[in-house]
Amino acid sequence: MGLEEKLPNGILLTTVEKLVNWSRKTSMWPATFGLACCAIEMMTTGGSRYDIARFGMERFSATPRQADLMIVAGRVSNKMAPVLRQIYDQMPEPRWVLSMGVCASSGGMFNNYAIVQGVDHVVPVDIYLPGCPPRPEMLLDAILKLHAKVMDEPLGPARAALKAERGERTELIPSSVRYAPRGAGK
Amino acid sequence: MTTTAVLAQAQQRLSNAELLADDPLWLTLIKVVVLFIVVMLTLALLVWAERRVLGRLQNRPGPNRAGPFGMLQSIADALKLSLKEDIRPARADKWVYIMAPIIGGIPPFLAMAVMPFGGEVTMFGVQTALQVVDLPVGVLVVLACSSVGVYSIVLAGWSSGSPYPLLGALRSAAQVISYEIAMGLSIVGVVLFAGSLSTADIAAAQSGGWFAWILPISFVIYLISMVGETNRAPFDLPEAESELVGGFHTEYTSLKFLMFFLAEYANMVVVSAFATTLFLGGGAVPWPLSAIADNALSSGYWPLLWFGLKTALLIFGFIWARAALPRLRYDQFMKFGWKVLVPLNLVWIVAVTALRVLRNAEGVTSGQRIVIIGVAVAVLVLGSLLLPGRQVADEEPQVPLAGSGYPLPPLDLTVPTPPRQRRTVRARAEQPREAVTASGKEAGDGNA
Repeated sequence: MGLEEKLPNGILLTTVEKLVNWSRKTSMWPATFGLACCAIEMMTTGGSRYDIARFGMERFSATPRQADLMIVAGRVSNKMAPVLRQIYDQMPEPRWVLSMGVCASSGGMFNNYAIVQGVDHVVPVDIYLPGCPPRPEMLLDAILKLHAKVMDEPLGPARAALKAERGERTELIPSSVRYAPRGAGK
Repeated sequence: MTTTAVLAQAQQRLSNAELLADDPLWLTLIKVVVLFIVVMLTLALLVWAERRVLGRLQNRPGPNRAGPFGMLQSIADALKLSLKEDIRPARADKWVYIMAPIIGGIPPFLAMAVMPFGGEVTMFGVQTALQVVDLPVGVLVVLACSSVGVYSIVLAGWSSGSPYPLLGALRSAAQVISYEIAMGLSIVGVVLFAGSLSTADIAAAQSGGWFAWILPISFVIYLISMVGETNRAPFDLPEAESELVGGFHTEYTSLKFLMFFLAEYANMVVVSAFATTLFLGGGAVPWPLSAIADNALSSGYWPLLWFGLKTALLIFGFIWARAALPRLRYDQFMKFGWKVLVPLNLVWIVAVTALRVLRNAEGVTSGQRIVIIGVAVAVLVLGSLLLPGRQVADEEPQVPLAGSGYPLPPLDLTVPTPPRQRRTVRARAEQPREAVTASGKEAGDGNA
């Protein structure tokens, strides 16, 4: 609601920031929005083998008003671009966009008049995920990396300035390394 | 037996209403606060439990990252939703739009106040009952609260200023009202047997046997209509995602959506607790355990446990139904409510009343009773034979073959076999020239 951004900058704020970010990371509801073959992989990620529900993300919300994350799953045609933008506009802040697959990220193999050459022409993208289409493991990896980014998000402009001054950046460690069983691979 | 023991026994026969009558105000306040906190925690747990159970039923783990076993999942959901941007559509009716979720959130908590969790206990030195208030019309209060909940849905849909919520709200209103009739009728049997509309009296009246056994049809109809009443799968037509996006809460975000979310789950708890009160003996301990120490497990604070367990069992039924059953089509759903549940209920009530009158009537021997019942059953069976069977349409509806102005081939078009002469000519033409010259006739016939 924006209240949290008006808090004074102090000792408490880092804890509040952590709690807020944790809640946003833990319950990041994706918008039901599939465009092409990547959507099949996205649905598989929701299925029982990969189970996106483990991260509290199985509530794909049909209405963008209750969504936090837009997974642009597939190539965006010029006709679809305004629709995509409208859905993005209807989502309440804070919101994130995951560009899934090479077509959404850069147009991919569709270097032609019909396809938007990268969804970042239309909406701001938080994380790009390569692959044609990426496997569910890759999507989960991208989501976990996005979670790591969300955890480091500053709360309000004062914290943002502080973080920029310190030069803090989220280190994007591959999930296979970050969540590897202890002692594995040594 | 000493005088004190006699006095104590006399006091044990006090009903909940009498026990609650001289509650000091502070005790009532404490009870209200504790009940509110317990219900809120139950809701948080319920949202998590539903997602976990659904996960297990679908062969996947379900939320397991937030806290131990993912139990903090619903806390995170609530916190995230309350910290999201609050959007109000430009065409929304401002005050109605804001009031709708509040109207939806309050009634379930009100209804919980009349639930008889248990009998006599001593709280902070005051003799009282495990119930906030016992009204002589407690059952009607619960029904009224669930009816008020419909207002929230209708107003939310109407005030959003958008077609999907409006359609969802209309569906929901029709659904809840029709299923409330079935629900109310299934309670009639219980009230007839208990002879009271007070929830505590109804729970106490089941010491001889739960109404679920005595009135099985009422129980089953209640179970079905409570799912319809709370808009839960397989009757979740108001929020059918594939048809209506989000239904009545399509335009709601942030805290307001959270209120609807809470109201839905609180309603589940209320109807389950109500079913426990009406049909499953309230806080009474189930049969094999009731033999222990002369029903000692039904006294003191123990009923809280049994009441909670029975309610949890019913809520599990909700989740199970959601995992197992597909959504009904809207017209089939309404037909089921009006043409099956309501008439069945009416017939059942008449039958129950007749049986009760027969049982209580003096001067009727048991032989006569059996004869009367037998005659009634025979009349019913013979009468059902007279009912006209469903007319099966002889002809399938067809696309008009003429007059539509568009050239259509007939639907029963079969390609006619060509006449014998042409067939042989074609066969001869298709054959290699050598074959024709070698043995023309046999080869032609064989190929045709």
